This record gives sequence, C-alpha cells and structure tokens, in this order.
Amino acid sequence: MKSETTNTQKKIKITGSEAVIHCLLAEGVHTVYGYPGGAIMPVYDELFKFQEELHHVLTRHEQGAIHAAQGFARVSGKVGVAFATSGPGATNLVTGLADAQIDSNPVVCITGQVASPLLGSDAFQETDIVGISTPITKWNCQITDANDIPSVLAKAFYIARSGRPGPVLIDITKDAQFQQFEFEYKKCTAIRSYKPVPTIEPAKLEEAAKIINSAKKPMIVFGQGILLGNAEAELKAFIEKSGIPAAWTVLGLSALDSDHPLNVGMVGMHGNYAPNLLTNECDVLIALGMRFDDRVTGDLSRYAKQAKVLHFEIDPAEIDKNVKADVAVLGNVKDTLSQIMPLIEEKQYPDWFAEFKRLYDIEFEKVIQPEMEPTKEGLTMAEVINQINKESGNEAIVVSDVGQHQMFACRYAKFKKSKSNVTSGGLGTMGFALPAAMGAAMGAPDRPVVAIAGDGGYQMTIQELGTIYQTQIPVKIVVLNNEFLGMVRQWQQLFFDKRYASTEMINPDFVKIAEGYHIPAKKVTKREDLASAIHEMMATDGAYFLEVVVEKEDNVFPMIPTGSSVSECRLS
Amino acid sequence: MEEKFYTITVYTENSVGLLNRVSGIFLKRHINIESINASVSEIQGVHKYVVLVKTTEDWVRKITGQLEKQVEVIKAFYHTDDEIIYQESALFKIKSDLLFDERQIQNIIKDSNSQIVTVSRNFFVIAKTGRRHEIEELYDELEPYGIMQFVRSGRISVSKESMEISNILKEFQEN
Repeated sequence: MKSETTNTQKKIKITGSEAVIHCLLAEGVHTVYGYPGGAIMPVYDELFKFQEELHHVLTRHEQGAIHAAQGFARVSGKVGVAFATSGPGATNLVTGLADAQIDSNPVVCITGQVASPLLGSDAFQETDIVGISTPITKWNCQITDANDIPSVLAKAFYIARSGRPGPVLIDITKDAQFQQFEFEYKKCTAIRSYKPVPTIEPAKLEEAAKIINSAKKPMIVFGQGILLGNAEAELKAFIEKSGIPAAWTVLGLSALDSDHPLNVGMVGMHGNYAPNLLTNECDVLIALGMRFDDRVTGDLSRYAKQAKVLHFEIDPAEIDKNVKADVAVLGNVKDTLSQIMPLIEEKQYPDWFAEFKRLYDIEFEKVIQPEMEPTKEGLTMAEVINQINKESGNEAIVVSDVGQHQMFACRYAKFKKSKSNVTSGGLGTMGFALPAAMGAAMGAPDRPVVAIAGDGGYQMTIQELGTIYQTQIPVKIVVLNNEFLGMVRQWQQLFFDKRYASTEMINPDFVKIAEGYHIPAKKVTKREDLASAIHEMMATDGAYFLEVVVEKEDNVFPMIPTGSSVSECRLS
Repeated sequence: MEEKFYTITVYTENSVGLLNRVSGIFLKRHINIESINASVSEIQGVHKYVVLVKTTEDWVRKITGQLEKQVEVIKAFYHTDDEIIYQESALFKIKSDLLFDERQIQNIIKDSNSQIVTVSRNFFVIAKTGRRHEIEELYDELEPYGIMQFVRSGRISVSKESMEISNILKEFQEN
C-alpha cells in the first residue's frame, strides 16, 4: 500500500513527511544518506515505516552523508540524496554542497528546519541554511507549507540531474512535515526560466568540422562533461575517426580506456608532460565538456594562444570564461559529437602523434619509471597504485582524497570502465574519499571500490569507518602514509625554502583504529610485502584497511607551478 | 580593459531569496553594486532587477552569463548608458517655513523641473526625477537651506533595442 500511492492519480491525505518519502520513491530513490535530529524527526519517523522501500544509511557526520551521496551519484549517474537536521546538521553539509557544485554532482539534500512561526527568531538549532547555501547550490528552496512538497521536490530532482548537474537543497520546516494535505505527485519536466540544454546550432558544427578537417596538429582535451552526458561511446568514435590525440582532465579520467592508443594522458598541474607541452604547440584545441580550470591551464595569458579553440560545452556561462573560444559548440556533448561525426574526415596524424610519444618517453625515463620501479628503499605511491591496477585488472573504481596521493592515483590508476575515477577535483576537499567510496560502493555494488587517501585527509572523516562497519559496505581503504601533509610539504620544499610549517603529522595506530571498527587491517612497510597485501585486500570479502608506509618526502612530478605556463612543465 | 557603467537588466521569477542569489553573483566577483532596483516588469508574474555596476565589458559579460545560469533567472542583458533610457528619482524633505521665507527655493523648484509632492505645517517634500547629475545639482542647491531628509532611488531604465523576453516565454509555452 505504501509505495503504491506514489503513482496513483487519486488524492489521499498524508503528512508532509510521508510525502517526502513518496516523492523520493517516485524519483526512483532507494538509498538515502543522513543523520537525524530534532527538526527532521518527522521524516525519520516515516523512514522507519518505509524501511523496506527506502534504505537509510546512518553516517557518522553530515559531511559523510553528502560525500557518500556524491560518490553514489558519480558512479551511478543517478541523483544522490542526503538528509540532515536543521542548524549544525545543515551547516555540516556545506563543504559537500560546495564540492558538488564545483564538480557538477547531482545531489538533493533535504534539511529539517524549525517550525515556521519560529523562523528568524534564533530558535534552537535554527540557521538560515537557504541563505548560507545559496552560492553553493544550483538551486535551493525553503518549504513552509506541505502542499508545496511534491512540486518543489519534483523540481529539485529535475534541476539536480538536468543540463549541467548540481546540488539542490530543500529546507522543510517542522510544521510542514507534520501538516496533513492531499498528496499528488507529478514529475517535473520543464521550468520556464531554466533551459538546461542549449539548442544546437548546425552552423557551429559545420564551422567546427571545417577547422578540425583542415588541422595539421589537433588535440582533444576532454572533461567530466563526457561522463555526465554519457558520451563515452561518442567520444571514442570521434577520436578514432578523426585520429586526434586525446588528453583528459582529472574529472574526465576513465571516460576513455586508459590503454586506448590515442589516449595521451592527463593535462594540468600534475598532468603528463606531452599533452601539457603540446597544448602550446597544437593548431586546433578541441575542448569537450571541460571548463578550463586554472589547474588545467596554468597561466592563461600563455595558454594555447597559437591554437584555434573549439569549445563543446553544455553551460553557456563557461564559454569565454577562462579561454576565448574561436567556435563555441553549445549542447549536450553526446549530441554535438554524434552530429559532427558525419562532417569529420577520417584521418591520422603520425608525425604529430610521434611528438606525443617522444615527450612521453622523456617523462617515462625521468619520472614514470623511477616512480613505478623505484630503486630507493622507501615505497612510492605510484607502485602502490600500479599494484592495485594489476590486482584489479584495471576494473576497480578508485576514489581518491586530496593531495599527493590523489595526483599519483590520477596519473597511475588505469581504467577500462567509465565513471570509475571519483575524486574531489574543483574544491579539493580533504576527507572526501572515505565517505565518497561508501556511496560509490553502494552505487556500483558489483564493482570493487578502492578508497585511496593520505594520512591527513583520511583523519578528516575517519569516523565513517563506523558507517562502513554498521552498514557492511565492502570498501577497500588504502592509506598512503608519509606522515606529512604531503602536497603542502612539497610546496614548502619548492617555494618556501623547506620551512615545513605544521605539515608533519604524528599519527595514531591506523590498524588498531580499523580493527576497533571490526574491519580487517594490515600495515605494509616493505616492498616485498606490498603485492601480497594488496592481493589479500582485494580477495577479502567486505571492507578492508591497508596502511602503506611510503617515502616521507617524495614529490609529485611533472609539475606546472602556479603562475607558470603549460610549456614550463617541470620534470623535477 | 576600460571600466564603464553598465546597466544589467535581469528578468526573473518572483521568489523568496532570489535577490540573495542575484547579489551573490556580484559578491563572488567582488564587484560593488552602484544601485539596484527590483520591480514588476512588462510581463505579468515576471520580475525585473535593474543593477548598475562599474566594471569592464569582459566582466559584465561573464556576470550576465552567471546570472542567466541561475534557475529562476529567465534572461539577463547588459547595456552601456547610450543604449538605454535611464532615470533616477529622489525625494527631498525640507522645513515648510523655508518655502515662504526663502523665495529662492521656489525658483529652484521651478528651474529644476521638480515637483512639490506634499506640503504640511512642518515640512514639504520635493520629488525630482532625472539623471544622476541633475539630482545632484538640485541637492547642491537645496543643501544650504538645510535638507531634513534625502533619498535617491536606484537607476531604472528601458533599453532602446527590444529585450526579447516575451519571445522566450512564448517559446516555452509552445514547447
């Protein structure tokens, strides 16, 4: 009887909080991450009744809830949902909202709010979360009348998932949760002030195709737009027909098979040598679903100035925001790529491609080989990632935190399947990996999920081990421990004369902590134990914790220092 | 690039908190709002913000893009001063006895094309609509006599070219 009511046309009288549950079920939501509290108790009371239909995961902190919802969304392409109470519950979502906003994650957060007569009175656990979250949400709204719940939640899901996705926060006062009203749910399919996908202009496609066909040294940089638009097949077809070398941004990683012959690696601050240098050599730069973040471009005044820039993008506000486009092809990249295909000539660029190979060989000799097969005693982060590749057959979902290990993970992790690299790109949120990996594991239950964190970020959300234990989430957790906030230490070494201000960490016994949560755990300090430990981790059913003690003062290279040009990519 | 005055016109839905979202776009880029006016528009149920800023064309174009991206913003436009007809309004509250004692005030009112809105025993109110400098001139002339209260509105404007907002809404209804 409960879930049947969602799709019926006849009106029945229910409470606002029950309506919330029906709305979620009607939107196909089966998992919610959250944390209860006073102002959202009526909704939790309904969750109790709907346990069969709607699985609630009790996290250990609201930040954990929203990151889990993000991880779920990133691997499944569905909307992730998080619940929190008013006041501190709601403010604890803020970091996750900002993260989801900058990385375009479809997330709907529902917060409880004090009863409407108390609004603005500094009531217990009252905070203006709508005001606070405005700049970090795609849309937000406060509900004070239960009659608005169905239409506002329908809008929330539509806005979160359509066009360029993003987070939506809906704040519901406690009296609206209790209020009885006649429930009827209609999905939202359009909003007059909101055009999620711009109309494709065929003239732009022709113009772009002409430039592509006459290019001598073209290069593709693709971003998360490919993943968000489910355009992986179109990307592959476009690359293979046009013969153009393709590089990726951190968030575009896994949209194209790592071993694809035209995959030339990562662009950006710690990207690969060849695509960074050749960005300033190419004659046509084709940007697909990416936004020219400063970590990608380095100094804008010396970025791809020689190239004609073709920008394929769904969000018109991104056009000419950072890099001036010679041709802006607006639309969903899945559609624009498939429509441009017939206009593209089949080509190959052997000489141009050889340039990528030549520069790769330099990077391989100077950076990659020493990282992957180190001759020094201490373990490197790269060899750990490489071992995970081997053990998982490039099939794992890798969820990384923020810092050096993140860059090593993005540089060295290999992927066969799309939507497999989950990381906090735009905001750089330390503490993201552990909770996001929980969501990822639940969003892709048939795939192995490996969370990779540093000793710093891991301790920012370490309490989520409790959630992993209680909910039995099969996450493999790898902490690459260098007893430093490694990335900051690297900058201190390079730019602050080795003044290591507050970057050294004195850490607890991580294995004991994991074991305290009944999670099997191991610590590796020697190279000869690494392979077997990773094998054991991947072969273990359920969650597993592995601490790998790595070289303390390793640096991530290549590196484009802030303010430098992509041409000034350093190998050491 | 040269900084100039730009008038941004934002057509929006009429919802709680939207002003916060709109002003946040300016805050994010650290741009001071010289004046802002919110009102109904020529279309029923559609609101209109007129925001005056001093910035470069590059920035005003980016800000307009960011504004338009907001879910409840229907469309945003920006114009230079020569592309629009614009006015501001001001009210001056002045002691009533001056109206009778200072003959010059009557001349100022006449010459400045302003109107007397109300006269009471204690004070009278002059309204003046015009360009910023006209209002400032009137202010300077009245100031020596003592202004009890003064207020000036934000800029309001209409563009010389049409702003195709009705078409956008019509197109939506047809689809």
